[in-house]
Amino acid sequence: MIPSGFEYHRPSSVQDAIRLLNENEDAKILAGGHSLLPMMKLRFAEPAHLIDLNGLAELKGIRLDGDTLCIGAMTTENELIDSDLVKQHCPLLVDVAKLVADPQVRNRGTVGGDVAHGDPGNDHPAVMLALDAEFVIQGPDGERRQAANGFFLGTYWTGLEEGEVMTEIRIPPIPANGGYGYNKLKRKTGDYATAGSTVVLELDGASCKEIRIGLTNVAPMAIRAEAAEDLLRGQNIDEALIEQAAELVMQACDPAEDLRGDIQYKTHMAAEMTRRSIRDALARAGS
Amino acid sequence: MATAEDRVKADIEREDALQGIGCSRKRKEDPRFVQGKGTYVDDVKLPGTLYADLVRSPFAHARIKGINKEKALALPGVHAVLTAEDLKPLNLHWMPTLAGDVQAVLADEKVHMQYQEVAVVIADDRYIAADAVDLVEVEYEALPVLVDPHKALDPDAPILREDAEDKDNVGQGPRKHPNHIFNWQVGDAEATERAFDEAEVTVKQEMYYPRVHPSPLETCGCVASFDKVNGKLDVYITSQAPHVVRTVVSMLSGVPESKVRIVSPDIGGGFGNKVGIYPGYVTAIVASIVIGRPVKWIEDRMEHLSTTAWARDYWMTGELAADKDGRIKGLKVDVLADHGAFNSHAQPTKWPAGFLSICTGSYDIPVAHVNVDGVYTNKSPGGVAYRCSFRVTEAVYVIERMMDVLAQKLGIDKAEIRRRNFVKPEQFPYETCLGWELDSGDYHTALDKVLAAVDYEGLRKEQAEKRAKGELMGIGLVTFTEVVGAGPSKNCDILGVGMFDSAEIRVHPTGSAIARMGTITQGQGHQTTYAQIIASELGIPSEEIQIEEGDTDTAPYGLGTYGSRSTPVGGAATAVAARKIRDKARKIAAHLMEVSEDDVEWDIDRFKVKGVPGQEKTMKEVAWAAYNNVPEGMEMGLEAVDYYDPPNFTYPFGTYLCVVDIDKYTGVVDIRRFYALDDCGTRINPMIIEGQVHGGLNEGFAVAMGQEMPYDEEGNLLGNTFMDYFIPTFVETPHWETDYTVTPSPHHPLGAKGVAESPHVGSIPCFTAAIVDALAHLDVTHVDMPHNAYRVWQTLHELGADKRD
Amino acid sequence: MAKQHISFSLNGEQIDALVEPRELLVHTLRETLNLTGTHIGCETSHCGVCTVDLNGVSVKSCTVLAMQAHEGEVTTVEGLANGELHAVQQAFIEEHGLQCGFCTPGMLMRAQRLLQENPDPSEEEIRWGMAGNLCRCTGYQNIIKAVQSAAKKLQQEA
Repeated sequence: MIPSGFEYHRPSSVQDAIRLLNENEDAKILAGGHSLLPMMKLRFAEPAHLIDLNGLAELKGIRLDGDTLCIGAMTTENELIDSDLVKQHCPLLVDVAKLVADPQVRNRGTVGGDVAHGDPGNDHPAVMLALDAEFVIQGPDGERRQAANGFFLGTYWTGLEEGEVMTEIRIPPIPANGGYGYNKLKRKTGDYATAGSTVVLELDGASCKEIRIGLTNVAPMAIRAEAAEDLLRGQNIDEALIEQAAELVMQACDPAEDLRGDIQYKTHMAAEMTRRSIRDALARAGS
Repeated sequence: MATAEDRVKADIEREDALQGIGCSRKRKEDPRFVQGKGTYVDDVKLPGTLYADLVRSPFAHARIKGINKEKALALPGVHAVLTAEDLKPLNLHWMPTLAGDVQAVLADEKVHMQYQEVAVVIADDRYIAADAVDLVEVEYEALPVLVDPHKALDPDAPILREDAEDKDNVGQGPRKHPNHIFNWQVGDAEATERAFDEAEVTVKQEMYYPRVHPSPLETCGCVASFDKVNGKLDVYITSQAPHVVRTVVSMLSGVPESKVRIVSPDIGGGFGNKVGIYPGYVTAIVASIVIGRPVKWIEDRMEHLSTTAWARDYWMTGELAADKDGRIKGLKVDVLADHGAFNSHAQPTKWPAGFLSICTGSYDIPVAHVNVDGVYTNKSPGGVAYRCSFRVTEAVYVIERMMDVLAQKLGIDKAEIRRRNFVKPEQFPYETCLGWELDSGDYHTALDKVLAAVDYEGLRKEQAEKRAKGELMGIGLVTFTEVVGAGPSKNCDILGVGMFDSAEIRVHPTGSAIARMGTITQGQGHQTTYAQIIASELGIPSEEIQIEEGDTDTAPYGLGTYGSRSTPVGGAATAVAARKIRDKARKIAAHLMEVSEDDVEWDIDRFKVKGVPGQEKTMKEVAWAAYNNVPEGMEMGLEAVDYYDPPNFTYPFGTYLCVVDIDKYTGVVDIRRFYALDDCGTRINPMIIEGQVHGGLNEGFAVAMGQEMPYDEEGNLLGNTFMDYFIPTFVETPHWETDYTVTPSPHHPLGAKGVAESPHVGSIPCFTAAIVDALAHLDVTHVDMPHNAYRVWQTLHELGADKRD
Repeated sequence: MAKQHISFSLNGEQIDALVEPRELLVHTLRETLNLTGTHIGCETSHCGVCTVDLNGVSVKSCTVLAMQAHEGEVTTVEGLANGELHAVQQAFIEEHGLQCGFCTPGMLMRAQRLLQENPDPSEEEIRWGMAGNLCRCTGYQNIIKAVQSAAKKLQQEA
């Protein structure tokens, strides 16, 4: 398993990276490399140029902008896990990162790479949908922002245009009367999810004021279970409603069969993970 | 005056100082491994080495219309591209398999499996070689693919092996179809039928034992170095049987065996995968002979999983006849064996289904019959013993599953039905109805010890309570007997070479020793344990004994390490060789002390004159004398060789118990408890035994809970990386509890039986049993492996067990 | 592709090497720099036998380009002992934490880093912290014992 030859670029800045990306034919961004390099070793991907973002300090780091948590795109999974800001303002991301791959891979794998790669098996996209995150993107024409909702268009297909680089992820706070749940079923450490579900909700008294459900690896891309959200929004969520929502989650799924399971299993697991995530979210919101 | 107590204490100290049999001696291998100083094949660096990489077929069945090497040869750094056409003049395009068939070294006109070797590229480094592989253009004409072994013998099935189409025998007996390899039967069919006709109860269960791959962490590879000037061929190779490799390489290449040197250096795990000879090795050897430079070939993980030897792939039907009390009257086992594209499973030559006929297990079964048909399919070839003795895992699986099926049918407790059928301690040695002589056993004691240790009654009570609440808890119980230590040369050979093993020991003048064996360690710790045997036999401290294996220029010929044969055969050879030395040493000691040999007795590390305290000669003193003062007529020196041909196999046994909880909404199985009691006879190094048991249990866990090699209809192997192929990590792996009893083998010089494979063989049916037991109240009698969450959930879903109230 | 110059600290020693841009760090270590203690097992970043320290964290050197080590610090198993064996090396021997030895360098490199991240890990924390390293021989149980024993020793020394 040896990659084909390519030219390696170490840009000095994000601007420089964007320039290299636009000047060179068949160039790819190298973030953590744990999706891209294996694909290159299998020669499923044979880029002529690799632009390595690992040296760019401006893409690292976690900060607060008001109450919005801002995470540099090149922040690694282990940096998320270790960050006091993340623990305090978005512990959901700690739970998510801990279940990504394994310790070594988490030292290389970046949250931006995970999101931008467009792989439905990656964990952060559905989480970003549930968190209602926003992505900061820089391109030849400057900076723009795009909501997670609507960003994931298909397998390896996102709202990131050619020649653009994701620089930051902005996560609004989960309200004080809110809660989250994250459940991921996988075969073993290092595997992608068979199915995963992230639920973020906000209560108004006993009633569910807002809810977002993000699903992992049960469709060509990360998706929201909107019909289930609509069912639950404004309701006092009980087990009967959760059951109905689970049915709607199953209807939203469009998974591909593989060794993790057939369509039926993955669909049922998306529902089961969602049941658990809703219960967890309610428990957290109520506590 | 020393008291008796003092003397005992002194004796114990002397004995302890030897670090002999029974001592948990720290391993001699470890200091180099923990410092990164092991030498595995890919670490072997010879000046001027070139690298081989293989062009492989994307098709499972196709005719090769043409191969164009031009672009590859034009790449700077490429030295050669060889195809079957190039090997034909050397008659090396096909090679014999251990099973009497032939296998293509490089595809000859046709490919029979995906990833089959089509051409080999030789280049300056592995990067250039990989690039050149992509540049070799091969034109294929796809042919109909045969994946399902059940269709192999259909009248209209595509004929796979055109080269063998007209042969009425491909090495293992007459065959009835061009895709048929052999039929093998053992036992009395007629008497068995009669037992079934007359039985009060019969049960029948079909089961599939999936194709699984041993997948050691080090893949296969070699460095071949042919010295054109001296005509000498050195091959460093990942082999569990270097001496057999030397014989085969000599036969294949025409280089005299005396000029072939095979070295198995440190091996990063074998588990049965590194017994056979693979096309990659042969291409590297040929390339080195042709080019005259060392050639290294190291496969990658995908190649390893896709083309090297796997295990099992048995479609089995078990049947038991019994009376109403569960006493067994007869056993039938019928198997369809998928051997893939070439019959290159690694069994002793006369045993096309290995030792499957050990399938009467630990039970006193009056009559049995076993029938096995082997067929070709368009899949990779194999059928090796993955951490087991030849097909013993399959045998233990079928009988242990059938015991549970019978117990459930009769409503008898699964422990009780075993107890009723056990061979009793007083029946040993016990001849099974299929011709094995079980050497020793005490099955009742092992079972009782485990049931008490886990509070079996309490577990059954808890299970009943959980069932009442709708929760799924299962208790798996297995009481296995396996056969290892192949084997007596009257029944076992490989390519005509008897399956003895060997040891050669030399004691140096100053009393230290070197010993070389025909086996080869791959993690079992031979450098540690063989020294312990010699220490106990010769009274030389282990620390002063050097053990070497794996270099055919120095080690005596042996059949290698697989099938748990090192301790039963190599260990026996070591003990016997040591005893030959001790016999000579006794004569020298008598000579030195000027007494009759009969007056001399052995005591830990010295010879004493009987009844004369203080008159003694230590082995160290005798060793010195062996080189300057021996009795008249005796030759000098103190060394011995033994080629040990075992009189019988050994029969380790054990009782395993597993407790599982199943999440009925996801199918996730939690192994709450696994308790393994092994009886491997005399225990040479308890620390190493426990480590072997842990490892075997973990490999059993991997097989039972996740390993599989599924193919799609086009013959593509699905999941040939560690993303899909299940190797459990720290997180998935359960905690293991181990225990033991000791029932020595009566015929082994040390009473030892071999242990490393029992935990694999015994644990796999135990996991299945636990899962089935969790569903037994739903009338489930069997569920096929692997028991991953997906498959368990499918069973639950079909039963409606995943429904919410 | 033309080879490019990289310079990095390897086991405390500054070294220079010429590498192809596509060259994987593990190959540079093993082939160019002759440090063969770091092994290659799966090549898809699952098995961890290629684990080394890069800039103070554990990485799988089969999935890092040699170019990415430029100006960095790399420690391999050969750099672990400092005159005498490191506590994890000693503990693996004492607790029988290895058999065929092929996974061992990666295990040790991960274990020593884990104990810097978490000097007193529970069994559960060891299982999660070592989950990127596969072993086929030991069933992991004695490796866990070894890591616990090394932790104790390192804490006593601290």
